[in-house]
Amino acid sequence: MTTELIDDDVLLSEDEPNPSSVPPEAPDYEHAAQKPESLWKDMWYSLTQSKTAMVSLVFILLLVVIAIVTAVAPQVLPYNPYQQDLSQSFQPPSMQHWFGTDQQGRDIFSRVLVGTQISLTVGLLSVAISLAIGVTLGAVAGYKGGVVDTVIMRVMDMMLAIPSILLAIAFMAALGQGIDKAIVAIGLVSIPEYARIVRSQILSVKQSDYVAAARVIGDNDFTIIFRHVLPNVLPSIIVRATLGISGAILDAAALGFLGLGVQPPAAEWGDMLGRGRNYIFQAPYAMIFPGLAITVTVLAFNLLGDGVRDALDPKARKR
Amino acid sequence: MLKYIVKRLLLAIPVLLGVSIIVFLIMRVFSADPAPVVLGQHATAEAMKAWRDANGLNDPILVQYFNFLTGALTGNLGESYYTHTSVTAELMSRFPATVELALVAIIIATVVGIVLGVVSAVHKNTFIDGLSMIFALIGVSMPIFWSGILLIILFAGVLHVLPSSGRIDPLLQPVGGTGFYLIDTLLSGDFEAFFDALRHVILPALALSLYSMAVITRMTRSSMLDTLNEDYVRTARAKGLKKGRVNRHHALRNAMLPITTVIGLQLGSLLGGAMLTETVFAWPGIGKYVVDSILKSDFPVIQGAVLLIGVIFIIINLVVDVIYAYLDPRIKYSQEEG
Repeated sequence: MTTELIDDDVLLSEDEPNPSSVPPEAPDYEHAAQKPESLWKDMWYSLTQSKTAMVSLVFILLLVVIAIVTAVAPQVLPYNPYQQDLSQSFQPPSMQHWFGTDQQGRDIFSRVLVGTQISLTVGLLSVAISLAIGVTLGAVAGYKGGVVDTVIMRVMDMMLAIPSILLAIAFMAALGQGIDKAIVAIGLVSIPEYARIVRSQILSVKQSDYVAAARVIGDNDFTIIFRHVLPNVLPSIIVRATLGISGAILDAAALGFLGLGVQPPAAEWGDMLGRGRNYIFQAPYAMIFPGLAITVTVLAFNLLGDGVRDALDPKARKR
Repeated sequence: MLKYIVKRLLLAIPVLLGVSIIVFLIMRVFSADPAPVVLGQHATAEAMKAWRDANGLNDPILVQYFNFLTGALTGNLGESYYTHTSVTAELMSRFPATVELALVAIIIATVVGIVLGVVSAVHKNTFIDGLSMIFALIGVSMPIFWSGILLIILFAGVLHVLPSSGRIDPLLQPVGGTGFYLIDTLLSGDFEAFFDALRHVILPALALSLYSMAVITRMTRSSMLDTLNEDYVRTARAKGLKKGRVNRHHALRNAMLPITTVIGLQLGSLLGGAMLTETVFAWPGIGKYVVDSILKSDFPVIQGAVLLIGVIFIIINLVVDVIYAYLDPRIKYSQEEG
């Protein structure tokens, strides 16, 4: 009896001096709202300690700036990236054309710069699609369990049974060319990865005390999933999403390379590589620079993803 | 063990059915009408309707799926819209080329990946470790088709030492046999043809293997770092065993468990990568056939190939799971209990 009283007293004094005027869940929400903030600060601090992650982040921000500036003010580009001039076709790299010109005499440097727009858009939007659908499905499956879980995860298994690039290619074959369709195709095929991660994380936090507490105070399933459970699995989702962007950029480039991506004359790195393929020995620079752009961009997202993972998981950092 | 394998086989059946449904939905329900592409934009409406009737595309959707499924179960994947040849026969004739490429690639990736990973782990935080980790990072960041192109430019364009396309010199092509040129030429004792086939497979297999090599290197390194810190490794060293022996027999053997899984999964993803590599190197396998068919909207071919690759993928995963359970008995028992 006495111990109970003491316990109650300690709890009350910590949470709220006058419990009768406040609904019982209020302190819990306050606490939940504060916790992620410190997590972000902590993560940001760890991230700033990693040189490679910071260099990658700066590079990615530079790409974002290039994408925005070339979209808003295309006149900053040295040449019009879409202007054909057959008299200038296949000029090797020079002071006039840093990366040379392609078959249609277009300046490859300008086209590589403009290409950031499409690659970043596809990378970010397709990951947004797979995140939104995958996280929801994984959360519902993990939290509800039973038949719902079985049905959702079996469908995910079926999608995982086909190599993702093949599935994306099949989608594109069915939907037809176009960057919007590429975004949808790449977004759809990555859903199972997110669903799986979120589900397994949810299963591990589902039994924790704070979920039980939330259920006791009468929160509904929706609130519990989105307010209590998901914030706790957010770190692993963020790591996967950062790495997912690089995967999406690679997949988009692959679709472009196969001629399934953009419609001409749009400048997309994979498409530029695919079109240069017939002139591989005559004009290798037409393929080297767009490929370099893809690799460096993907590398930056991979390094940033690694940095974020290390920042969120101190165990991995020691490595 | 047998019980576990049977259980896994039974679980694979609904997944296979699901794959057939997904493939069918994408190709027949979500897709645009293939008639104008196949017959040309100027075909009359009657001609298109007649063509759709002939190809069963006007049947109710469930009937179409039933026909597709029963056909697939009996090994009949339909006919190409263009050549009217059997899709099954076309895929089977190209199958050995893709498998040969993928196997050579996974062998390269495994050998190089494990060696690099072990060396990195043993010499942790040294120059060698840094170099192989940089290689691994670039390996996972390079598009597979770009590394292929760079290899072609270097070895075929600049150095002129290796061919840039094809499987073998047409004059040396083996007749009959298994369809695996490396095996056929060896069995017939035709070493000139064997070395020609080998020269042809090196570049595409290397390009295809880079990504998996990088993944295996990273996995081996981190798995080795875990086992190197284990007590039994320290005990073995304390007993006075040589460092190399401890690394091989104690640390690596125990580290192989997660590495095996990664290798198996990579073999599956190589099938996806093969589509791109085969296109770059004009390698006459399933991947190039599918890509060519996609550009022509030859749906039965795409459908059949995706289904075939899905089935292979599932089988590979099954084999990996069984090997894994064999290597780590704890998994088998936990599955049997559950």
